[in-house]
Amino acid sequence: MASEAVIPINTDIDVVAARQKGRELATELGFVSTDSTLLATAISELARNIVRYAKHGEIFIAPVQSGDRVGITVVARDKGQGIANISLAMQDGFSTSGGLGLGLPGVKRLMDEFHLVSDANTGTTVTIKKWKR
Amino acid sequence: MEVPILKQGLYLIASIQAALSDVDLVHLRDALAEKVGKFRARGVIVDVTVLDVMDSFASRTLRDLAHMTRLRGAETVIVGIQPEVAFAMVQLGLTLEGVDTALDLEEGLAFLDKKTKRHTSRG
Repeated sequence: MASEAVIPINTDIDVVAARQKGRELATELGFVSTDSTLLATAISELARNIVRYAKHGEIFIAPVQSGDRVGITVVARDKGQGIANISLAMQDGFSTSGGLGLGLPGVKRLMDEFHLVSDANTGTTVTIKKWKR
Repeated sequence: MEVPILKQGLYLIASIQAALSDVDLVHLRDALAEKVGKFRARGVIVDVTVLDVMDSFASRTLRDLAHMTRLRGAETVIVGIQPEVAFAMVQLGLTLEGVDTALDLEEGLAFLDKKTKRHTSRG
């Protein structure tokens, strides 16, 4: 099975590296092209939030298996200030300027599973999954 | 990765060759806004055919680019957004509102000809 990867996220160049890694793994696992694009885009948004709000963090990308389903899980982790108001951040502004500008509702729409944990002491962890169709 | 900007008649054509970082995109935006004046361009085409991801930052920067060049007196058209990229953008709520788009370079040129009223025929 394809291997997992951890990409440190510190600059905007790392954003590109992270999404390319995600696409690579998706292609390797035989994801359809559309889903590879959705995954790469979601990773890009999560990595971007790390650079913009937490400055430093990492993106963990790994294959997952559940029964006969194959997928990819992505964990975006930072030790930033956390998200003060999670329900507000998850409110769909449906525009680039809407909501808190974190783009998290959009990321959730791109993925099959989405999980967000955030507090001021430990930072933010977003876990997303996309299953192969 | 610097994006080459070609001058063709009254138009500037920026043909993106590879994945761009945020800094690259911002450079492209500023370079085009500046070159519109330098070359007295009336239209700008940004070809994004090779971009496999258009996230919120890229969308916002292209939108800003289009609005900035318009304020400088030139129309911008974004060409070559791939179908999967378009799908991902819509899911993210990135609609490039107020920005003109066309299928490809050829359509982009035709669009600019029309928009800048430089019809080659009277038809």
